[in-house]
Amino acid sequence: MDEKELNIEDQERDEQNPVARDLHTEEFLVNMGPQHPSTHGVCRLLLTMDGEVIVKVEPYIGYLHRALEKICENRIYKQITPFMDRFEYVSSMLADWVYALCVERIGEIEISPRAEHLRVIFGELQRIASHLIYWGVLGMDLGAFTPFLYGLREREMIMDLFEETCGQRLTYNYIRVGGVSHDIKPGFEQKCKKFTKYMREVLEDYETLLNENPIFLSRTKDIGIAPPHLSIAYGVSGPSLRASGVKYDVRKDDPYGYYDKFEFDIPCGENYDTWDRYYARVFEMWESTKIIDQALEGLPEGDPTFKMKPSFKLPEGEAYVRIESARGEMGCYIVSKGEKKPYRLKLRGSSFNNLMIIPEISTGLKIADLVAIFASYDIIMPEVDR
Amino acid sequence: MIFGIELPQIVFSTIYFAASLGVVLLFALFLVWWERKVSAHIQVRFGPMMTGKWHGWSQTLADALKLLQKEDIVPRDADKRVYFWAPVVVFGATMMTFVVIPWSPQFIAADLNVGILYIIAITTFTIISLLMAGWGSNNKYSLLGGMRSAAQIVSYEVPLTLSIMGVVLLAQSLSMQDIVADQDKFWNWNIIRQPLGFVVYIIAATAEVNRTPFDLPEAEQELVAGFNIEYSGMKFAMFFLAEFVNMFVVAAIATTLFLGGWWGPFANESLGWLWFVLKTLGVIFVLMWFRWTYPRLRVDHLMEFAWKWLLPLAFLNLLATGLIYNLVK
Repeated sequence: MDEKELNIEDQERDEQNPVARDLHTEEFLVNMGPQHPSTHGVCRLLLTMDGEVIVKVEPYIGYLHRALEKICENRIYKQITPFMDRFEYVSSMLADWVYALCVERIGEIEISPRAEHLRVIFGELQRIASHLIYWGVLGMDLGAFTPFLYGLREREMIMDLFEETCGQRLTYNYIRVGGVSHDIKPGFEQKCKKFTKYMREVLEDYETLLNENPIFLSRTKDIGIAPPHLSIAYGVSGPSLRASGVKYDVRKDDPYGYYDKFEFDIPCGENYDTWDRYYARVFEMWESTKIIDQALEGLPEGDPTFKMKPSFKLPEGEAYVRIESARGEMGCYIVSKGEKKPYRLKLRGSSFNNLMIIPEISTGLKIADLVAIFASYDIIMPEVDR
Repeated sequence: MIFGIELPQIVFSTIYFAASLGVVLLFALFLVWWERKVSAHIQVRFGPMMTGKWHGWSQTLADALKLLQKEDIVPRDADKRVYFWAPVVVFGATMMTFVVIPWSPQFIAADLNVGILYIIAITTFTIISLLMAGWGSNNKYSLLGGMRSAAQIVSYEVPLTLSIMGVVLLAQSLSMQDIVADQDKFWNWNIIRQPLGFVVYIIAATAEVNRTPFDLPEAEQELVAGFNIEYSGMKFAMFFLAEFVNMFVVAAIATTLFLGGWWGPFANESLGWLWFVLKTLGVIFVLMWFRWTYPRLRVDHLMEFAWKWLLPLAFLNLLATGLIYNLVK
């Protein structure tokens, strides 16, 4: 539909201005990637350009393919969790969680309430950390370098909280089958509460830095409009889908963990453009701080860790589990034949679907808009290629 | 007597010009370091701290030495002659503007009676060199960068020149020294008499030197490095230095035209150059501040802004200045 409108516009312009009709320029190909500063990893986009205007975008993927699923099928269940960290390294806590949930569903393993609370707290902290990177990178891709450093400054505080609990700063291996790897240290609750309070203050600053900046608005408003039906057709999920006006969140619509016990709102876009996708993330950071506070309030006593044999056998069965990761719906499907290793393991990365809509909505725009749209969808290449 | 000019004056002009060049090159080195420090402190970092002990003061020197030793790579399919001359043209053009920069009442290489016109003419060379670099590199990103810069400078030259015209009208002269002499009291500074002209000039000048929010020719996120993507070693260093010298030039012109040049309390004759340098550094600091705060404009918004906002504003300023000047007179 968009294409048709564009063509009509072209025709009208040509009729009004006969000179423009005769001055057709030659199209040329630009290879954007795999090494390019704003393709966020090793994504290669083959662009057909007419001057500054994009005629066609073709994403070429597979530069980061590591056969992750096949590797997992040759490991015992306990060894797979660290691989999940590499599956989605910007929010690896959530990748751990989806795998643990899937194994627990097949094995019907009970989890202690304290572990469930800790999973929610760490999951939401991870969501904030991931959205902070998103916030900074979007600013950087629009040419403002400073937000990136600000985003990383706050993320560092979350990393410190993680490091204190599980000893890792990027690939945590924290949420494990049956619970979590370590209980929190004394004083963690106070630090966490202090952080959420600080985060809410900082978010106000963030909004004044970018939200009403006229240059930022002109670069994001009405750029890359993805209407609801189109987003659903491409299988877009996560904040990008909510920005397209579809109020769908796995935490609300198919609750896992203790999410049905906490109160929070989910954003819903009105213009379906890049600005909505940006604001959906900022809104989610606000809500995440609320969820963390609630989870800390009712933190039950007990032992969140779970002792089991390193090479346990899972009963026969299969399960598909989905969670709401920072980028969208993250899924894990395991087929067990009653052995120490999974018979089949399949992962769903939301970035794959989110990437596929970009050619559709960026055709006819400028190359600078493509960069903004790419950043606004928050694509992570290891999740696309696996 | 050579060509109607007395010999001593030529000798003095040459000495002043050479001294200007030396000072400016030192300033460029300083500005690179200063920009790194300013950006770092805006971004809650420290910037260079190690090289040369005290706050990494010799970092730029080390970088320049490193660039000198780098291999000079020329792309196989490049247009060799155009590729070679592009950095030379940009560097030469930038340096030539220092002929008419009035550092102090005496320290000026040549007080041309068409001084400001000369600067406008010379700075346009920069754009030719960027186009040469974009075309000669035989790289699509470079070409896009070159095209963008051509469109940008053609658009922003117009409001820039018009904003300067108001000042020229007040001083009734194109000579740089006459314009400075005209602003002898603080309330006579052109920033007070021409606030709109100053704003238009600063915006257009930021676009002239390709800095954020107008750094489209070298937009890192879109064009990787734009026109200078294929340049390495000393040729790259020439572009890099020229960028900072250019920034110094537009700040120096802003100082001369709007901020009273070398006028200042206590030290009008002997220490005029100090005031000039301080004011110029102040303007440069504002330009750096812009860069590390704003996102980048898109190419069509850039054109819209120049033709629909800046140009009418500059015309309005010129019209109002002319009217008031005639009424008061």
